[in-house]
Amino acid sequence: MAEVPSQAVHVHAPPQGFIRKHVFSLDHKVIGKQYYALALAAVFTGMVLSWLMRIHLVWPNSPIPGLGWLAKASAPNGIITPEYYLSLMTMHGTLMVFFVLTNAPFAAFGNYFLPIQIGAEDMAFPRFNMMSFWTTFVAFCVLMSAFFVGDGPPLSGWTAYAPLSAMGGITGPGEQTGQTLWAISIAIFCIASLLGSLNFISTTLDLRTRGMTLMRMPLSTWAWFITSCIALLAFAVLLPACLLLILDRVAGTSFFIPANLVVSDQLQPHSGGSPLLWQHLFWFFGHPEVYIAILPAMGIVSHVLITSMRRPMLSHKVIIYSLMSLGFLSYMVWGHHMFVSGMNPLSSLLFSFPTLVITIPSTILTLIWIGSLYGCKLHITSASLFALGFVSLFVSGGVSGFFLAQPSIDILLHATYFVVGHFHLVMGVAAIFGVFAGTYFWFPKMTGRMMNETLGKVHFWFTFVGAYCIFMPFHYLGFAGNVRRYSSFVDEYLQPLLPVHKFITFAALATGAVQFIFLYNLIYSRFRGQPATDNPWEATSLEWTIPSPPPFDNFGGKLPVVYHDPYQYGVEGSSGDYVMQNSPEQIRTVPEKGIR
Amino acid sequence: MKSGYKFAVTLSMLSLLALVMLHSGQTVSAAAEGKITGTVKLEGTPPHQRPIDMSKDPVCVKAHEGNPAHTETVVVGSGGGLANVVIYLSEGLPPAVASQVPSQPVTYDQKGCMYTPHVAAVDVDQHMKITNSDPTTHNIHPLPQPGSGNIGWNKSQPPGAPPIDAVWKTQEVSINVKCNIHPWMHGYMAVVKGPYAVSDDSGSFTVENVPPGSYTVTAWQETYGTQTQKVTVAAGKPGTASFTFKAK
Amino acid sequence: MAKLLAVTLVLIAIASAVPIIRHTWVPPQDISTHGALIDEQMADTMVEAGVSFLAAQILLGIFIWKFSGRKPTATIGNFPGGATTLVGAAVILVGLEVLALGVFGQKAWANLYFTPASPNSMPVQVQAGQFAFYFRYPGPDGKFGPIHPDLINEGTQNFFGLDPDHDPDSKDDVVTAELGVPENREIHLLMRAKDVNHSFFVRELRIHQDFVPGLDLSLHFTATKVGKYEIVCSQLCGLGHYNMKAYLEVMSQPDYEKWLKQKATEQ
Repeated sequence: MAEVPSQAVHVHAPPQGFIRKHVFSLDHKVIGKQYYALALAAVFTGMVLSWLMRIHLVWPNSPIPGLGWLAKASAPNGIITPEYYLSLMTMHGTLMVFFVLTNAPFAAFGNYFLPIQIGAEDMAFPRFNMMSFWTTFVAFCVLMSAFFVGDGPPLSGWTAYAPLSAMGGITGPGEQTGQTLWAISIAIFCIASLLGSLNFISTTLDLRTRGMTLMRMPLSTWAWFITSCIALLAFAVLLPACLLLILDRVAGTSFFIPANLVVSDQLQPHSGGSPLLWQHLFWFFGHPEVYIAILPAMGIVSHVLITSMRRPMLSHKVIIYSLMSLGFLSYMVWGHHMFVSGMNPLSSLLFSFPTLVITIPSTILTLIWIGSLYGCKLHITSASLFALGFVSLFVSGGVSGFFLAQPSIDILLHATYFVVGHFHLVMGVAAIFGVFAGTYFWFPKMTGRMMNETLGKVHFWFTFVGAYCIFMPFHYLGFAGNVRRYSSFVDEYLQPLLPVHKFITFAALATGAVQFIFLYNLIYSRFRGQPATDNPWEATSLEWTIPSPPPFDNFGGKLPVVYHDPYQYGVEGSSGDYVMQNSPEQIRTVPEKGIR
Repeated sequence: MKSGYKFAVTLSMLSLLALVMLHSGQTVSAAAEGKITGTVKLEGTPPHQRPIDMSKDPVCVKAHEGNPAHTETVVVGSGGGLANVVIYLSEGLPPAVASQVPSQPVTYDQKGCMYTPHVAAVDVDQHMKITNSDPTTHNIHPLPQPGSGNIGWNKSQPPGAPPIDAVWKTQEVSINVKCNIHPWMHGYMAVVKGPYAVSDDSGSFTVENVPPGSYTVTAWQETYGTQTQKVTVAAGKPGTASFTFKAK
Repeated sequence: MAKLLAVTLVLIAIASAVPIIRHTWVPPQDISTHGALIDEQMADTMVEAGVSFLAAQILLGIFIWKFSGRKPTATIGNFPGGATTLVGAAVILVGLEVLALGVFGQKAWANLYFTPASPNSMPVQVQAGQFAFYFRYPGPDGKFGPIHPDLINEGTQNFFGLDPDHDPDSKDDVVTAELGVPENREIHLLMRAKDVNHSFFVRELRIHQDFVPGLDLSLHFTATKVGKYEIVCSQLCGLGHYNMKAYLEVMSQPDYEKWLKQKATEQ
């Protein structure tokens, strides 16, 4: 391996002292782990909130043990009030979408592995990197503080539609300080994400080591890179939207509030604003946001699958171009959240076309994943189980998109549990499976220890089957017209559906409980797991060429040189073996026929 | 010696008198307690009370099967008596009496998706016990005037939830009370100082615990506003006040 | 364990499809004149989505079964045609589906939204406010009196802020808490939001439209079957969202006229 002088923007000495090493660290690896820990805290909180919601839906009049003590004002006697249910729902969505799905697959794993996978010592701007994590942490604290203010957390959903979210406490409990804190928290989060995206983009473009052309980057790095491009534009729109919302709430402006509104018999002193403006701004961010959630998972899953299949994807380039098209198209489709919102119905049709077209790159990706399995030598590990599970879940979640992409069908399915089932399958389960796959795969590298494979497999089976038990029935509820965001089901047509909800609640409680096995495995293995070698999976990308765990400067001062793509595994006709990306050897010397 | 004895007796008598006067201000014996009784009448035809369509919540409809609910803006009993009129002493109350707060809370119930009582009177700092007797969730939203010194709030009360305790800080006649979930629900909380009463179905009222004195008595009705009268209460002789509101 | 996964995948796929195939979930009856196209579109999509879903899951299961646990000396194979075939299949199959669903599907949407209400449709105003729907009929003069938002008083049942003493058009307006309509008569529903976003959703009528404060939106529909149906709010509007509904009563013409007369006396 040739030695090249470091090309980093700066060189830093090893960190000294506990604070510098573990708290305010400039090391992208520590920052990645910090993001992961934050995401863990958020996901378990969000999961508990969802338990409370599910329990309330099927047993609305029964006190929940312990809740009366924990939330005396919001749930007197342990019975959740309608506003508290909606507040729990809002916090659940906000925590999960922002602090879990944007943090874990993207910020956590991306921060840890992007520099390593491209052969860099650290991110381009380590100080920005540290700032972006701690800014995210502040945003988290501001959000959680909403639980402790007088009128409780906001109840307008993670989508915070105006004017409900813009007019303040007059619209009801949950819309006082809590909503303002929410908007402040998200605005801070946007700033953190913008810093993070700038870092990812600069690092990817400038700090690739010698021989690492863009096309030779691993698929996970490509996914993080494309995601950071999407995030840069998306969060740049959400930030001003949140600021305008804050102004409407505290400064008496009327960006989103028209004239002549009467709430509780009181005429509101606003005029000139447009509620649809909030929806456009929010969803212009919101749709790319869901691709920010899924793209890194797709990259991680592709990366894990390749190692587990002992062969590269059928076409490395097709995956990359498909990921790029997804990113590009994700900006064309936001109006499909607004088909019946009151915007021009012609716009609805216009948005429906790119929404249907975005199925094409999604299908290409799915077919390449499935097609690459043909003729492979599949090894089953916890990581590969979750990666395979991702493919199945992405199919399930994606197929329901066919229905929702059409405005005329959306007439029946808009704002029903069908939509909730769709996005939970793709985001809430598939993307999380990507995180699980990444965790089981990269844990040895990050800690120098193996996770317990038996526990991992138990975790997989219960979670996989459990997730289907929870979210498949949501689609049938949607077909029957079960409207979402109801804290109780009092309408006549909903009564026959209650047994389905009971089944879902039991499945949710059971599947949620199993996640503690994962948490136990994480913590136990961190301290007592089997010691791991540098390359326990016999994988080929650059992270497997360095010790487990890596030294502070990743490559020990000697940046690698790369000679070929990162997936030199078995190819057609060979019995496979593997060649590290920093080795001059190659398995494939002849380009494959067809698309390469 | 004789002058000293006289002085001592005078001093003791004066002290005793002072003591009695001091105490008489605080402990008011029942025998010395006065009251103000009277009736409130409506002259003319009361406005038509509209039937309330509660169909959006079948639980409410069920509670009124065979007996549909009506608005209660003007409730007139037989003989022209006007109900739900708040009677209180707006002037003349000694501060000690005005700041007396009954220990019993005023109950305010939600029954059949209506507020019972439709108009409740309560003293500043007196507790209110708000209950939900319906098998459906209500949310109580008192709306004091901005700047009155009372702070509005909005709380849901599912069936089975404990009573809500409410206290008001300043006099306000009256605070609108709404249920946002059931928009037709409307009631009042009249926050006053000192003794009060609310007229019943026949229009009659009795204000208890009124110490002897001269007062201005105010009657407040939600549609017709206020009327005042001067009333004197003497020991053993209750005061009377009658009000007549004119229907428009 | 790979084989177990393969079997599980296929079982889950079949188990998910069974309720659809057996119509275990029953779609709400269609009482509208424009709903047939929507239902047809739904059925077509279900077939296409269902076939794609089953095919993908089963193929995934088959490949996991076949290509796991192979000997270390086994050779790697390529999917016949490689990536080219798969990309081609995706573009052609999905492209065709997109065309079918998108191009042919726009008709159902156009029916509802691009055709204006007919001139002899019956206008009814609906106002959505936290947390109930109220309806207003123009009365014999056919005119809606002006709305004065500052006069809205729910306690005195003045939901629309009408001032009949000063606005003659308001005198004969009839305000109700239920939407009563005669069957087979086109209704022009004029929508107004009093405070925040709400939505008008009647499954049987196959209509769904958000109320937007500040915007005057409208819908038109014809109900074809006598009965009582639920109108539910489907846009989160605050704590009472779950309890925000009204009944749609479709009646014969004589019954409707009787109903309207009765409501007029209750004003």
